[in-house]
Amino acid sequence: MLTIVCPNCGPRAVEEFRFGGELPQPPDRLTDDFDRDLDRVWMFTNADGVQTERWFHEAGCHRWHTAQRDTTVDRFID
Amino acid sequence: MNEFVETLLELTWHEPKSSYDVVIIGGGGHGLATAYYLATRHGITNVAVIEADYIGSGNSGRNTTIIRANYGIPESIRFYNHSVDLYRNLEAETGCRIMHANKGLIWMAHTESGMRAERSRVQLNNACGVETVLVDPIEIKRLCPQVDLTGGGRYPVLGASFHVPGSTARHDRVVWAYAQGAMHRGVHVLQGTSVTGLLRDGDRVVGVKTSRGDISAGIVMSAVGGDVSTIAAHAGLRLPVRTHPLQAFVTNGYAQGLGPIVSSTDLLCYVSQTARGQMLIGHEFERESSYSRQSSFQFLQSCSLKMAYLLPFVRNLKILRQWTGRCDISADFSPIMGFTGVEGLVITTGWGTWGFKGIPAGGEQMAELIATGRTPDLIAPFALSRFAADHPMADQGSTGTR
Repeated sequence: MLTIVCPNCGPRAVEEFRFGGELPQPPDRLTDDFDRDLDRVWMFTNADGVQTERWFHEAGCHRWHTAQRDTTVDRFID
Repeated sequence: MNEFVETLLELTWHEPKSSYDVVIIGGGGHGLATAYYLATRHGITNVAVIEADYIGSGNSGRNTTIIRANYGIPESIRFYNHSVDLYRNLEAETGCRIMHANKGLIWMAHTESGMRAERSRVQLNNACGVETVLVDPIEIKRLCPQVDLTGGGRYPVLGASFHVPGSTARHDRVVWAYAQGAMHRGVHVLQGTSVTGLLRDGDRVVGVKTSRGDISAGIVMSAVGGDVSTIAAHAGLRLPVRTHPLQAFVTNGYAQGLGPIVSSTDLLCYVSQTARGQMLIGHEFERESSYSRQSSFQFLQSCSLKMAYLLPFVRNLKILRQWTGRCDISADFSPIMGFTGVEGLVITTGWGTWGFKGIPAGGEQMAELIATGRTPDLIAPFALSRFAADHPMADQGSTGTR
């Protein structure tokens, strides 16, 4: 993974970006408020496969974007 | 199967039975140590250790083999200090040579805030009975003459904490010592067997589905490195763990010899000399989570540059090999050991970049937990339930990561 496509700036070097982690997505089966908060704060899906995640273009447009990446092979999905 | 394991050790490999008292997923250090201590300390030998590849092929074969207890919270210092003690006696106990070498560990600081952290580390370590001393640059030069105290002109060394018990051991031999000790007492180790799911009876976990058929178990322990979230998901469990790659490399031999283990708390890289004389150099984990074991040139570039600031002689060495492991980084940078809330499933995970040093204590304590059904005091602070109770064991500053 050498480049990341920023929606504002186009393809740029990976070093320009900061990784923001997977998008917190508590599963629907958690209905209790405490359980949902606990999950949102601490738990991760940590998918071995497609992960929806946040990236911050720190050395560029200084904006966040959401991307999908296959973590098994570390490649973005177009 | 690994030809080294099979030729160096006299071991009998078994076909899987349909049922065991204890099934351990993951034939790395933690899984095999747990099996070993179940057999030796508790007489429980109807145990299977299931390994997808060959034993020690995951992170137990990819780490940088450093053993230390200079942590920043009392619970961790006590736990890792126990592990340091067990490592010290492991050769005598198992009769296997693990090439344990006590070298001392220099943790250098390059800023005033870095020095402040090292001062408090020294105080806390001493209060917990662990020998860590504050050393000034002159003393660093005496301990390790190769260090460039100006840090290449960019990272001046202001001082360090010197952790006297800091050691290294040969990672494969630790794995094999535990495997041999467990297998000679009747534990089955099933190599080349991948776990594809968990057998459930209602909410309870009652066994594992594997590529060689279903195996039922009185209790299942996950000692998986890298794929723990996948295993936990089979039980409907979500974990405070993210998997990040971590890279390391070795150079060719350095004839003069490097005494202690050298580490920088600000540059986040560390080096030790292997028994073969190679420089073994590691770094903090990669920023983005991933299961890929792809090594990168960028890593070699940035890590060797940092190391050349601290130890200029590495400029004259050649890089021989590089590799990547998968680190399960827990949300508070401390391990997660014990019951999961799912009946029949216990877990040891979140070993991030600090798994090798925790192998003996982690294995011994998890064996006691499985044998007695109660959580031992030493690992009670590291239960998964600490997150719901809002008692995280936050200690990122002691892990060599930022």
